[in-house]
Amino acid sequence: MWEFLIPLFAATVQSGTPLIYATLGEIMTERGGVLNLGVEGIMSISALVAFWISFTTGSPWLGFLGAGLAGMVFASLHAFVCISCLGNQVVSGLALTIFGVGLTHYLGVPYVGLHAPGFTPFDFPLLSQIPVLGDVFFKHDMLVYLSFVVPFLFWFFFKRTSLGLHVVATGEMPAAAAAAGLRPIALRYFAVVSGGFLIGLGGAYLSLAYTHLWTNGLSGGRGWIAVALVIFAFWRPGRAVAGAYLFGGVMAFQLRLQAMGTHLPSSLLLMLPYILTILVLILSACFGRRIEAPAALGTNIEPEG
Amino acid sequence: MPLTIIKRDEPWKWGALVIFLGALLFCLAVSAALLAGQGKDALHGLYVLWLGSFGNLWALEGALLKAIPLFLCSLGVAVAFRMQIWNIGAEGQFALGAIGATWMSLLFPDLPRLILLPLMFMMAFLLGGIWAFIPAFLKLKLRVNEIISTLMLNYIAILLLDFLVFGVWKDPASFGFPMTPEFTQGAIIPTIGDSRVHWGLLFCLIVGVGLWAFMRFTRLGFELQASGEGARVAKYAKIRYGMLVMFVMFLSGGLAGWAGCVETSAILNRLQPSLMVGYGYTAIVVAWLARLEPLNIAFASFLLAALRVGVENMQLELQIPAAFGVIMEGIILLTVLAGQFFLLYKLERKHSS
Repeated sequence: MWEFLIPLFAATVQSGTPLIYATLGEIMTERGGVLNLGVEGIMSISALVAFWISFTTGSPWLGFLGAGLAGMVFASLHAFVCISCLGNQVVSGLALTIFGVGLTHYLGVPYVGLHAPGFTPFDFPLLSQIPVLGDVFFKHDMLVYLSFVVPFLFWFFFKRTSLGLHVVATGEMPAAAAAAGLRPIALRYFAVVSGGFLIGLGGAYLSLAYTHLWTNGLSGGRGWIAVALVIFAFWRPGRAVAGAYLFGGVMAFQLRLQAMGTHLPSSLLLMLPYILTILVLILSACFGRRIEAPAALGTNIEPEG
Repeated sequence: MPLTIIKRDEPWKWGALVIFLGALLFCLAVSAALLAGQGKDALHGLYVLWLGSFGNLWALEGALLKAIPLFLCSLGVAVAFRMQIWNIGAEGQFALGAIGATWMSLLFPDLPRLILLPLMFMMAFLLGGIWAFIPAFLKLKLRVNEIISTLMLNYIAILLLDFLVFGVWKDPASFGFPMTPEFTQGAIIPTIGDSRVHWGLLFCLIVGVGLWAFMRFTRLGFELQASGEGARVAKYAKIRYGMLVMFVMFLSGGLAGWAGCVETSAILNRLQPSLMVGYGYTAIVVAWLARLEPLNIAFASFLLAALRVGVENMQLELQIPAAFGVIMEGIILLTVLAGQFFLLYKLERKHSS
């Protein structure tokens, strides 16, 4: 039993990691009051940027940072259209996804099938010695270990720093925030762009750690799952991690079933994560009536005058 | 020289057209830059694009053919968007329509065309409608976000289509290719005269006019327009908002389902995975560019269809990935969204007073 479960759980952590980064990024964005449906597009393009940088420079860390920057650039497109130009947030996010996924397919053609240096797993000193837990959590690559730390920083940012509280205020009541002397426009830009950075890191994980090989359609709907996970997580980092591992688990399980050669057709197995997304939303709707989205989510701030 | 934002007293009259043309120009400029970045002759590339889209009768026919499914999907997207129901599941509803039509054609291959085609259209509308009804129901009963549920159902629908054509519906004579047997004559929409264009064009015209008349002259259509302001306004007007949402989503999915039916029957003559080329996503671009108006949708779907045909020409002549067209769609939509700011506001130089 354990011989089956431990590798499964370890694979769960691996496939959950990009979702952690992306979901936290989207929570950051939405806490500021902006809905960004461009996650899928941002993840795709930043996965390619990470691959390209690592491929040309040989440094996966540069690729990782470059993906974060690419995420910021793409998120700032969305920020400009919605925050400065008052464009519809739903449609702008969709447009960003269409654009980002298209651009990835276009620019990625020469790299399909190539390898780039990426992050490789290593045993984390001491902690990997713990029975079971060590095998599941501490025999991964650096980006996985980093993803254990980021949610705590994230939590600290929103609970303990004034900037974090200001971001929340803009997401709840921008007019009141402005009356209190804050600058909602700048805060929203901050939330969207820094959220884009985290989403970009999620993209980098896909092409530098999850696989070291470039293929088309690498993100495969993970961006959309991240958007759903934000609702499941009620905009909280802890629940986001739990949700990410839940999905990671289903993806890992489905891959394992395929590898074992079941008689179920692969198309039915591949449906599992998407069906689970809908089920998860139904469940969070049933049990989460008390907790609402940021009040001003999806509405733009009209300029005065 | 600082600029200030000033709200216009009344919306800019020709603004929408100016913004659209501006977005088109900007998109062509970015496309040229992308081509140049790949070491291709940008001006020649745009010329190839133009020739492929509008250069000759063959190109125009191709654009019309692609405009047909786009138009039906976009109408579906637009009726939902009008009520601020974000149905982005046209792609999946399109797939379900194709599946429904194929099912009928496989079940009754020997029926005459006048019976079989209506049967296929009915089943396509029904399955497409049900596929959109599920998110509507979940939204109303459990407040499940429809953006995500419709999108997830897209992925599921495409996998369902794969499951069918790789499995139970696979043609034994297809040498292992994932496709159903070719439809019988009765299941194929014929072409008009000697052209490549099929009678689905007339069907689009009827549906378009019918939908316009429905919105304009019926009580339900009026309620639908009124509910665009949101659930609360609708409730004040004593409109049964929930019923309306479910109805609109069913209609929306059904229209996309028809697009799937037309495309399978008239173009491919069988069900196969290559059916799914993203019309459902392009339809969102079309619907928004057309500001959700049926007549504009006709023009916009023709234009974006022409763009797709033009990009196919570039693919052949310049070895450019098909994704090039998708990039252009994304840029146009983003630019138009940004530009719509100027419909309500203008920038003026600050007077030093």
